[in-house]
Amino acid sequence: MQAIPKRLLLGSALVLLLLALVPTLGSKYLVDLSTEIMIYVLFALSLNVLVGYSGNITFGHAAYFAIGGYTCAILLTTYGWPLIISFPAAVLLAGCAAAFVGYFCIKLTDIYFAMLTLAFGMLIWAIAFKWRPVTGGDDGFVGVDVPAFIGDRFSFFYFTLVVVGLSVALLWLICHSAFGRTLVAVRENRMRAGFVGVNTMRLRHAAFIVAGTFAGIAGALFGMYNHGVYVESAFWTESGQVLIMALLGGLYSFFGPALGAAVLYTLQVGINQYTEYWPIVLGVILLAILMFLPDGLIGLAQKIRTQFIRKA
Amino acid sequence: MSMLANPTFVFYQFMNSISLGMNMFIIAAGLSLILGVLRVINFAHGAFFMFGAYVCLSVVTYLNEAAGSFWLGVVAAAVVLAAMALVVERGFLHYLYEREHLTQLLFTFAVVLIIGDLAKMIWGVDMYNVPYPYGLDGAVDFGFALYPIYPLVLSGIGVAVAVGMWLALSKTRWGRIIRAATQDREMLAALGMNVPMVYTGVFVIGSALAGIGGALAAPRVAVSPGMDATIIIECFIIVIIGGLGSLWGSFLGALAFGFVTMFGTVIFPDWELVLAYVMMLGILLWRPWGLFGQPEEDSH
Repeated sequence: MQAIPKRLLLGSALVLLLLALVPTLGSKYLVDLSTEIMIYVLFALSLNVLVGYSGNITFGHAAYFAIGGYTCAILLTTYGWPLIISFPAAVLLAGCAAAFVGYFCIKLTDIYFAMLTLAFGMLIWAIAFKWRPVTGGDDGFVGVDVPAFIGDRFSFFYFTLVVVGLSVALLWLICHSAFGRTLVAVRENRMRAGFVGVNTMRLRHAAFIVAGTFAGIAGALFGMYNHGVYVESAFWTESGQVLIMALLGGLYSFFGPALGAAVLYTLQVGINQYTEYWPIVLGVILLAILMFLPDGLIGLAQKIRTQFIRKA
Repeated sequence: MSMLANPTFVFYQFMNSISLGMNMFIIAAGLSLILGVLRVINFAHGAFFMFGAYVCLSVVTYLNEAAGSFWLGVVAAAVVLAAMALVVERGFLHYLYEREHLTQLLFTFAVVLIIGDLAKMIWGVDMYNVPYPYGLDGAVDFGFALYPIYPLVLSGIGVAVAVGMWLALSKTRWGRIIRAATQDREMLAALGMNVPMVYTGVFVIGSALAGIGGALAAPRVAVSPGMDATIIIECFIIVIIGGLGSLWGSFLGALAFGFVTMFGTVIFPDWELVLAYVMMLGILLWRPWGLFGQPEEDSH
């Protein structure tokens, strides 16, 4: 485990402080937007453990987000369990689902892996869609009983800030531990990593579980924030959208996907005010990234910085 | 369940399963071909399918449902989709083969997003129905039951496409080149073959099949936005079951999908969708590379 760089500590303290001050501006709109962005940041960062760090393309990540969302909402509302049990149970179930699905998926690699994660993701979507008595089917699960102490948007904002803050810190530690480093080694050369004694399958399975678990946290938060969970959140196009967030920011850096999530989500909210054709805008953005920004915004920033330093 | 005791009903479902399966085969065969040769998971295939259905709809409407307008629509769908595929492959995808799988996969996703919205801009968000083609709107008398002609013809076209593709792939020079490209593209290039041209050709043919499949499906289903997102997943199920790049695998997978869907609706109403996934998982547990696929070589 490497020591946490001082600059990172200072930077995150600054970001946390600025975020904590957002509600004092008094704009409900800004508070809602920041809450949503924080949730998507966590979602994109969770995906990056699997896609960026271990190099496994998944097209079914939205499923764990949805499992977290549905479980937390159902336990809170249908069963009336307290948040302190419902929330961890939802995260645990998302992790268990990822463990189960991952068990089958990690046996395959590359495009086979991607197709299998997609198929499993859609299986989970189909269950949410058809299990009407429990999930509400295509009407969605509406009217979530959110506990009173996080019932208004300001307290929920702080709740999200704490949960996402802790989760991101934990993810950073995981990605920069020996485990994270080994994941990168496996990504770069699976066979060599195997030769030096790494159990690559078990490692990729672990990455799958970590990614699913943290996606579950994001999903549980999102369900409570919306006071409802909808079956679309498990659809494969959602998995595609979060992949684009990660790609836009930059897959091969820890904070890239966070940046990508913030930028893309803000864009989406902004553009939706003017046109219903957000998908075509997203498609063109995606095309542009693929063609001109292979390393994402972080990569672009680094390129500009090196050029600047060379000139100076 | 009790409906399964009724032989006429079982006959209906049996025939429906085959026509659904054959329609799916025409679409999935194109996807499987592209996957086998280009090694690209082509999400755009579903969007091409939808576009084919819309093109057919437009031709049929424009000609006031005249005799032959439907078949003209099918041809138009094939031509339009082949042209679109040519632009997509030569203009963009062509430059991405050297990049990682994620790039190619997300590129096809971008195509899905763009084509889906284009279709919405052109045809709106309403649901449309295409009538059975002129002369095929009747039924055949099997003695104990009547069955509509069009699904029978559709099944016949599916079998014809399968046999035609098999002959083309196994008996012709181009077929041999395409099969060689699925095995070892570097060797093929070393032998002086223009591999990029093979890729373009396969992508165009595969996409034209999606267009034809969409046009042929138009009288069977409601033509509407969103039909692209479900069909692509169903095609993946079929291709995974059959094995990537295997023609007969896709054929068998499509039939299995047809039967599971049609009889699943009766035996487990509402859960037929889940049933198809469960079938796929069962097969994957047994043979991860699909029924007719080759075990994956560990690259790197």
